[in-house]
Amino acid sequence: MSDVKLTKLAKCAGCGAKVGAGMLQKLLGDLPVKNDPALLVGFERSDDASVYRISDELAIVQTIDFFPPVVDDPVRFGRIAAANALSDIYAMGGEPKVAQNVLMISKAMPDEMVHGILRGGYEKVMEAGAVISGGHSIHGEEPVYGLAVTGFVHPDRVLTNSGAQDGDALILTKPLGVGIYLTAAKAEMLEDEELAQALDQMERLNKAEAMLAFDVHACTDVTGFSLLGHAVEMAEGSQKTLELTASAIPMLPKALELASMGLLPEGMYRNRNFAEAHVELGNVALAFSDVLFDPQTSGGLLIAVAQQDCDALISQLQETCCCAVCIGQVKAQGEKAVILR
Amino acid sequence: MTNVDARGRSCPEPLILTRKALIDNPEGITVVVDNVCSVENITRYAGHEGYEAAREEKDGEWTLKITRR
Repeated sequence: MSDVKLTKLAKCAGCGAKVGAGMLQKLLGDLPVKNDPALLVGFERSDDASVYRISDELAIVQTIDFFPPVVDDPVRFGRIAAANALSDIYAMGGEPKVAQNVLMISKAMPDEMVHGILRGGYEKVMEAGAVISGGHSIHGEEPVYGLAVTGFVHPDRVLTNSGAQDGDALILTKPLGVGIYLTAAKAEMLEDEELAQALDQMERLNKAEAMLAFDVHACTDVTGFSLLGHAVEMAEGSQKTLELTASAIPMLPKALELASMGLLPEGMYRNRNFAEAHVELGNVALAFSDVLFDPQTSGGLLIAVAQQDCDALISQLQETCCCAVCIGQVKAQGEKAVILR
Repeated sequence: MTNVDARGRSCPEPLILTRKALIDNPEGITVVVDNVCSVENITRYAGHEGYEAAREEKDGEWTLKITRR
């Protein structure tokens, strides 16, 4: 293997490279939009993927997601980028079917590095039960990899981030803190085995087809805007208040300690600025709320499910999303979008 | 007092420089940074290590005086 470090070839890592929601609104604001009744979910709402109805029985879910390297191991980077792209399909209640590679390679990258990235992506797409049908590769300044993914969903069973109902239980499928772990790794203040715990989580598919069998009302995947940022979106879209139980929120083992040492990515501060006014943090420690605002790369799903289905869904999810736990419940809309208890 | 000039650097680099400088100068140092992320991260780090960080802002640059608590 060569000694070229994948992460050193990129200026920002993972979902940290994402263009902010405010900026996007400005860029897209005055563009003409064709109204098509078959477009069930478009970008008028900040949802995870778009949904287009083909027939009364079938709709397609489409998403594209790609980013610069989060880790030096090319295979792991490929797996994480693919798991992250596939997650948007799961978040809409869909089943991934066809995927295409999106790849930018820089001159400094040896062939085996590029091959490793693609191999990681293929592994995850295969695990998801989908096929890679092609892709597009260009040369550029920095490495970038991801996938455009198309999935199937029944038009009546589309999950959005805006259907949460009073009394629903909230489930989160992965522990928080990967943004903090990646920052600590960059500062060389994390052991390889510790970083591996975060990478394992990021590689994990949010394979959540089990949701189809239960009374799930809303779903979103927790990525760059953090748990609280995405929770605020779900609360506002559903016109509810999400009440989170602080002690139940899963975190990577060293996330709190690393946060209290100031190993926080810039995105954490952006998320805090954007969402803090809509959240009642109660008396949680600063480091604790830092973790709740930590931008996640390939994070878990946040699921609102009828209370009586919560335990059964969690036990079904154990097979694929082994870290799924209940972290709170949905309440009638109050003053704040999200409150911590 | 030892000065660390971390202007133009993004997180976590200013924190790494601060950490190294504090190991060599355990009595305290002064750090200059030019972004909020670094100000906040270095303040948290200082607190964690038993120091205090007093900040002063001028024209988008912050001087952090890090001293023993």
